[in-house]
Amino acid sequence: MAWVNAIIQGVLTGGLYALFACGLSLMFGVMKVVNLAHGDLAVVAGYIAIFVITVMNVPVLWSFLIVVPVMAVLGYALQRTLIQSSLDRGVLTTLIVTFGLSVVIENGLLQFFTANSRGIGAGLPLVSESFSLGSQIQIAYLLVVIFAVAVVVLSGLQYFLSRSKYGRLIRASADDQEAVQLSGADYRHVFGICAALAFGTVALGGIAYGMYSQLSPTTGTDTILLFAFAAVVIGGLGSLWGTLLGGIVLGVAQQIGAQINISYELLAGYLVFLAVLVLRPQGLITRGAQS
Amino acid sequence: MTSPPGQVKGDGEVAGGARPENGTPLLEVRDLTVNHGQLRALDSISLRVFPGEVYAIIGANGAGKSTLLRTIAGLHRPAAGSVLLEGTDLTRQRPERRARQGIVLVPEGRRLFGSLTVEENLKVGTAYARPGPWSIEQVYETFSWMRDRRSQRTAQLSGGEQQTVAIGRALVANPRVLLLDELSLGLAPVIVQRIYGMLPQILATGLTVLLVEQDVSQALRVASHIQCLLEGRTTLEGRPADVTAEQVEAAYFGLAGVAPAGPPVEGSESLWPG
Repeated sequence: MAWVNAIIQGVLTGGLYALFACGLSLMFGVMKVVNLAHGDLAVVAGYIAIFVITVMNVPVLWSFLIVVPVMAVLGYALQRTLIQSSLDRGVLTTLIVTFGLSVVIENGLLQFFTANSRGIGAGLPLVSESFSLGSQIQIAYLLVVIFAVAVVVLSGLQYFLSRSKYGRLIRASADDQEAVQLSGADYRHVFGICAALAFGTVALGGIAYGMYSQLSPTTGTDTILLFAFAAVVIGGLGSLWGTLLGGIVLGVAQQIGAQINISYELLAGYLVFLAVLVLRPQGLITRGAQS
Repeated sequence: MTSPPGQVKGDGEVAGGARPENGTPLLEVRDLTVNHGQLRALDSISLRVFPGEVYAIIGANGAGKSTLLRTIAGLHRPAAGSVLLEGTDLTRQRPERRARQGIVLVPEGRRLFGSLTVEENLKVGTAYARPGPWSIEQVYETFSWMRDRRSQRTAQLSGGEQQTVAIGRALVANPRVLLLDELSLGLAPVIVQRIYGMLPQILATGLTVLLVEQDVSQALRVASHIQCLLEGRTTLEGRPADVTAEQVEAAYFGLAGVAPAGPPVEGSESLWPG
């Protein structure tokens, strides 16, 4: 029964990891930007949520209505300025620039918010309570909600990319930026919209992680970014549903590792990550589902 | 008609007399110079394209033909000179702005969006389209096979079909000037014939065409005006009816100063099957 529990917990955690991963995957799939500041931006979103909740007295569960648009606008602005100008200098430059951005964000957060970790919505029934399945399995409401949010977000993104005008332009720009210009579209604007989507999803990931666990200035790089990378690589680069599958595989591996010995939790996740890199470097789902 | 060697260009200008020279050209290029690094790809090229014309740029590989079209479309920044659409200077405008104003390029090598279906490729073409006679429905009417295969990825199409989709994607934007870069590249002659055979139908909707073609006989067959480039310079210009095979050959290969007027050079037949 303990193993069944581990698998259920792992699958549900996979939803959280998919929220971390889908923005990373989107930005790489379309712009070829490996955003090393991705995790830190999730933390920034979490801190904005804390600000919105504590200072502006917005209910915890509705804070995303402010945080997601704010992060989306930030995403558009960063893409049109810093990221695009580094992209113009070559794909490798974006790696250095986003790494620098990550360092700046992390130290900025340490400076202004100290190294203390903070949670979001502690004490809220949704955040702290769980229901029982049988006698040994306890499932947190929060994880179920996060998983459902991840599925809704991925479905929405998939629908947007495949059906809408801008979704088509995003996929077309990923294929050939020059040809898109010849059809009258400014690919830099299209990339900005894509970054806005990615930042919107990472905002949800940051809020969700703040509720699920605790946020500190270093959470972005030492947890969120690494899990996002692992989920993207396991699932397959450029595939949106692959990030959910990758997240689930990572989550299950961690829970099973923890079941064997609590100190194996992270190790087991990265072993699966390495195994996929060696045995199936294209990921479990191959490119084509999205772009 | 005989002409002294070395005077090909002057003769070409006489031929231009039949064009509506006193009207405003739809597209005008003035003294365009483009450098690719150290290399001068275009050296002070000028041309005037009038409404309804099929203006063909011919020339050998590396003559600067594609560079010329790409610079007109805004993909290269010229070192000097200007590009005007109906008298409005577009030289400083980005390619997407030019496309929205009606200068639409069908690039060399088709450049379709490989992960999109045929219909999605056409829809990208309509995203910033000007109002006009062309729509996706109209493209399907003109190229009827496309409707049945609209949900296929373009990678599954043959080269000729891909070229047609690329033309369709440009047409749905309702261009004023359609720029066609080497339609024949990599296609079987019979397919090339068929694609050029569609040109009258396209022109009938009021478009003007500026095309680049390596296949000289094909260009001469469809064009109302030709201009030959050699190493970035204009070597011949005129109406196809007014230029001789020898002139075109001299202009194409740069033989003007070398070969005296005499018996045609060996190989002219293969260049000139028509």
